[in-house]
Amino acid sequence: MAYGGYEPDGAVTARRHRAIKILLAGGFGVGKTTLVGAVSEIRPLRTEEPLTETGKNIDSTAGVERKTTTTVAMDFGRITLREDLVLYLFGTPGQERFWFMWDELALGALGAVVLADTRRLADCFPAIDYFERRDIPFIIALNVFDGSRRYTTEEVRAALDLDPSLPIVLCDARSKESAKEVLITLIEHVLYVTDPAVSR
Amino acid sequence: MPSHEEWLDAEAGPVVRPYQLTRGRTRASGEAFDMVATVMATQARIAAPGGLGPEHFSVLQLAQKPTTVVDIASDVALPLGVVRILLADLREFGLVTIQAPIPMKARQVDRETLKEVLHGLRGL
Repeated sequence: MAYGGYEPDGAVTARRHRAIKILLAGGFGVGKTTLVGAVSEIRPLRTEEPLTETGKNIDSTAGVERKTTTTVAMDFGRITLREDLVLYLFGTPGQERFWFMWDELALGALGAVVLADTRRLADCFPAIDYFERRDIPFIIALNVFDGSRRYTTEEVRAALDLDPSLPIVLCDARSKESAKEVLITLIEHVLYVTDPAVSR
Repeated sequence: MPSHEEWLDAEAGPVVRPYQLTRGRTRASGEAFDMVATVMATQARIAAPGGLGPEHFSVLQLAQKPTTVVDIASDVALPLGVVRILLADLREFGLVTIQAPIPMKARQVDRETLKEVLHGLRGL
């Protein structure tokens, strides 16, 4: 059992587990849900949140009096690595108006994956900016769509003005192996930023 | 042509607005807890069932086995904020315990754990 259980003598225990929180950010339709689903059992999660002024214009509340909250759907996936070591993946809505949610998610996050589509590279600027400002280690994963032009990772690095030490990987969000590789690259990067002298 | 039936699917959301389930409260009582905190029912007797709504009982049912705040929210299909309030109520009644996970934040996490994670991911 992943989270503790009932002891033979009937006592109730809930062992503390080590929770690894990883955020998956990127623009709308870039493949976040697909990637979460490729490596874990995906579960829908809803949050009911206050509408911001920006959100009000988009959601058009005309005719819906006093609608002051909006439902934000997100995905999460859980990977149980060991009985007491669980990795949680949170696919976060990419639009800036949902950033109130990121702040809770970012609290205590180990790191983040910014999923990008080279046809709409600008969509991932806000996410990069967000993680840079909060000093959360992140990597870029380029989801390679059929028919999209293959840019080299170095072309993308130049376009996004990223540090040479920041990993950029190509991935196929539908593939379990590819999604695993993305997560492994992130953990290796976290190891590196934790102690650059040792790991590369 | 639109019919009234299209409002009856999950997309339309719950018929009861979330604030009604929480009696207008938007903040959970007591100590704050992480969204991946472990929740477990205590098996204590329910002293005042009148203070609890059906959603409390749904949540309590799910916590018979250890689970997490986000798992419960997903299972009952209620917004996370609402589930937090329901859980805080249950905790006040002594019906559940909510235990924080050991946080694993970048730059504070130990290398051994990170290596365990790498090993675990490679073995998936």
